[in-house]
Amino acid sequence: MEWATVCSAGEVTELLGIGALIFDHQVAVFKVDGELYAIDNFDPFSQANVLSRGIVGDLKGELVVASPIYKQHFSLKAGTCLEDGTVSIAVHPVRVQDGMVQVALGSPVSQQAA
Amino acid sequence: MSNKESLVVVGNGMVGHRFIEQLIQAGGLDRYQVTVFGEESRPAYDRVQLSSWFTGTSAEELSMVPEGFYEQDGVELILSDKVCTVDRELCEVLSESGRKVSYNKLVLATGSYPFVPPVPGHDRDGCLVYRTIDDLEAIAETARNSKVGAVVGGGLLGLEAAKALKDLGLETHVVEFAPRLMAVQVDEGGGQMLRRKIENLGVKIHTSKNTQNIVDGDGTVHQMQFADGEVLNTDLVLFSAGIRPRDELARECGLELGERGGIVINDHCQTSDTNVYSIGECALWSGRIFGLVAPGYQMGQAAVDHLLDVESTGFTGADMSTKLKLMGVDVASVGDAQARTPGALSYRLIDEEKEVYKSLVVSGDKKKVLGAVLVGDAEEYGSLLQMALNDIKPPQNPAELILPQGSGEAPKGLGVAALPTTAQICSCFNVTKGDLTGAVAGGCQDMTSLKSETSASTGCGGCTALVKQVLDHELEQLGVEVKKDICEHFPYSRQDLYHLVRVGEIKSFHEMLEKYGKGKGCDICKPTIGSILASCWNEYVLKTEHAPLQDTNDYFLANMQKDGTYSVVPRVPGGEITPEKLIVIGEVARDYELYTKITGGQRIDLFGVRVNDLPAVWKRLVDAGFETGHAYGKSLRTVKSCVGQTWCRYGVLDSAGMAIRVEQRYRGLRAPHKVKMAVSGCTRECAEAQSKDVGIIATEKGWNLYVCGNGGMKPRHADLFATELSDEQLIKTIDRFMMFYLRTAGRLQRTSVWMENLEGGLDYLKEVILEDSLGLGAQLEAEMAANVDAYQCEWKTTLEDPEKLKRFRHFVNTDEGDSNVVFVKERSQIRPASQEEKIIAKSA
Repeated sequence: MEWATVCSAGEVTELLGIGALIFDHQVAVFKVDGELYAIDNFDPFSQANVLSRGIVGDLKGELVVASPIYKQHFSLKAGTCLEDGTVSIAVHPVRVQDGMVQVALGSPVSQQAA
Repeated sequence: MSNKESLVVVGNGMVGHRFIEQLIQAGGLDRYQVTVFGEESRPAYDRVQLSSWFTGTSAEELSMVPEGFYEQDGVELILSDKVCTVDRELCEVLSESGRKVSYNKLVLATGSYPFVPPVPGHDRDGCLVYRTIDDLEAIAETARNSKVGAVVGGGLLGLEAAKALKDLGLETHVVEFAPRLMAVQVDEGGGQMLRRKIENLGVKIHTSKNTQNIVDGDGTVHQMQFADGEVLNTDLVLFSAGIRPRDELARECGLELGERGGIVINDHCQTSDTNVYSIGECALWSGRIFGLVAPGYQMGQAAVDHLLDVESTGFTGADMSTKLKLMGVDVASVGDAQARTPGALSYRLIDEEKEVYKSLVVSGDKKKVLGAVLVGDAEEYGSLLQMALNDIKPPQNPAELILPQGSGEAPKGLGVAALPTTAQICSCFNVTKGDLTGAVAGGCQDMTSLKSETSASTGCGGCTALVKQVLDHELEQLGVEVKKDICEHFPYSRQDLYHLVRVGEIKSFHEMLEKYGKGKGCDICKPTIGSILASCWNEYVLKTEHAPLQDTNDYFLANMQKDGTYSVVPRVPGGEITPEKLIVIGEVARDYELYTKITGGQRIDLFGVRVNDLPAVWKRLVDAGFETGHAYGKSLRTVKSCVGQTWCRYGVLDSAGMAIRVEQRYRGLRAPHKVKMAVSGCTRECAEAQSKDVGIIATEKGWNLYVCGNGGMKPRHADLFATELSDEQLIKTIDRFMMFYLRTAGRLQRTSVWMENLEGGLDYLKEVILEDSLGLGAQLEAEMAANVDAYQCEWKTTLEDPEKLKRFRHFVNTDEGDSNVVFVKERSQIRPASQEEKIIAKSA
């Protein structure tokens, strides 16, 4: 697994997503209660790279981000879409190493117009 | 050969088809091999909705037969083949095409044909009937070369036919033999009101007209000559003067018929030959023909039960109450509508202003509702029908049942709790209250699932309101609260939350969640509470603790478009803008290659701004003196105006000046939904103020204020709220109105819906705002004043804060933009590329 450094840990604010470019791949990174999560930034419904700009919350205990375009919810831990079981996006391993946020492109990487 | 019995059904109309469905549902295909003959070229279609064919509903859409239905094993449908002989000795039917089918049981569902009075000339070209889709095609064909059309018959079907002619663009006449319209279903007063309403729609009504002759017209194709010597010139004559049972097959094979036609049946729908059944409009039960579809369906069920040896009470007659919309006019008739019962008492309400007529018939001892007629407003149909059918005792003063409801009174009529479980709620599909309550208990807890489970209200729809009432009542009984909670995190409505924030002086979402919520919140409660916090305290929306609450639009202070880019709208108060500022907008758009469009609110929208470019675009705009236009917020959008007295010959006050003043005052105010306003300089109303939440119109004596109008999806004309106001009175009134809306409206509720849902409506609102009945006036004004004082241009504040500006980038780890954002040119400007265009662009 190859870790890519994204930014310093201080640059990720609680409950506010940020976008990052890793090679040619766009990811969205979130922090909730100190825990980091990384998912694809690409919203399969709108075909736009916008998930980092969604509102973070929980639905029935599941941590989710809501797409800012058509409002579908994606699980931050599993990448599944709560409204449509046939759709999911990739989740990626994320960690803090020496004060820096690092993301590894997990598999499978979803089809994305990068 | 199968060892099943052979069942032959003659006729594939609505009742004939429904019969097959009922048979299949009861498992009848295990016992019978079914052959269905249809004379028309199409399988069963909805004749009740026939007139909608003229307004674009296709024959396919009218079809009642699901695809593949007649392809299933055990059922064969033969179309365009009329059965011409029944041999009861050999138990065999013979069709026109020579097909011979033996039967063990035969069902005659041959329906009816339109009665054409035998007047001389009735068979001229262009004299038509209204029954089948083929008839409709003939009508449309003839209408193409016609200017005037006349319908003979002012009953239910005649008025439907008249609607068809009107939809075809003909000058439409209705000729009725009786002295009033719909003489069978409604009483004299109802007939008069119906006539008045239909004449207002541009249809000419001629009652007490006995057509004697149809001859060549005078400048038209035909002339109808009446017994009273008058004539009517017309190009098309459409007969819709009642129906007659199609009993010719039964007549030829010697079945017993009624004196005036109709195949005599018993309670099991058997004819005088026990192997032959008859259902629908061709059947005569107890001396009566039932010309509605619901009784036909009930006969079908009775026949199915008997064919399958299922114990049942059979067909025991049917209620002929009916509710329908004729040319957009609600008409309903219940039970003994004409008060023919000896000793019956009648109550009548005639409202000539609203064009509503209601009559109620009760028994002489006032213990039973016998019947009713409703024209123009048939809301009480469901409850009056249930009272009549279930012998529910009317109130002491029965007239209350049809009197208009005063504001603030409890809803009248009957609680569904009073209905017995056997009460039939949906007559089309014979669904009882018990069926509904069972389904609700079984898990159907919304209208969609209840309808699909029970079929209730999927026929004519007349029972929809009642089904909803049963649903709500049952849910309440089951302890399922009809929830007003905004989401799973807060068990409160928006009003409750507003109140909690205001009274508890709560300043953050976190504090709200701790005190009143659970979980982490979501994309519903966060923006809602963010907006309430802004309404109450008007703090900077991107303040660290408020930022995660905002929708992306509020967060980036711009409107996200489908490709993830944003549009930007600078405020142009009152639509007034200097040439210098116009040039700045043009230069910014040119330099950043933005798509520009003039909005409906007299401003300019700049599209295609990438998130990285938002601060730079705004820096240029702010430096040139622009402010944010809040096009992204649930807040005041624009105050549209005309030029007013300053330039216009007709203007009486300075509308543009007032619009600017109003816009400056309420800009940035966060509200339950967006708010639009307008100011017109005279009653010509060029600013279209009456379609706005707040509309102001100048008169020579001052400003007239209109409120709660709406354009968009559900347009609503604003209501006149106060007249002849001075500038100061006007501002004070709007202050109060807006703050009261902020306080009490639901989430995403525009002023129009808010007002309609306020108990007491407009009158109540006037009392609160104009007469200060709640003593809130001073408080509302003070709250608004605080808001006005706390105003800041969010973009100006953001540009001054380097920390906040850091947020405006697509990637945290590079300054690159989103490579998936691609534009192409169209009409000399950019637009987002389609997926195909992106692929082409990439491979190029």
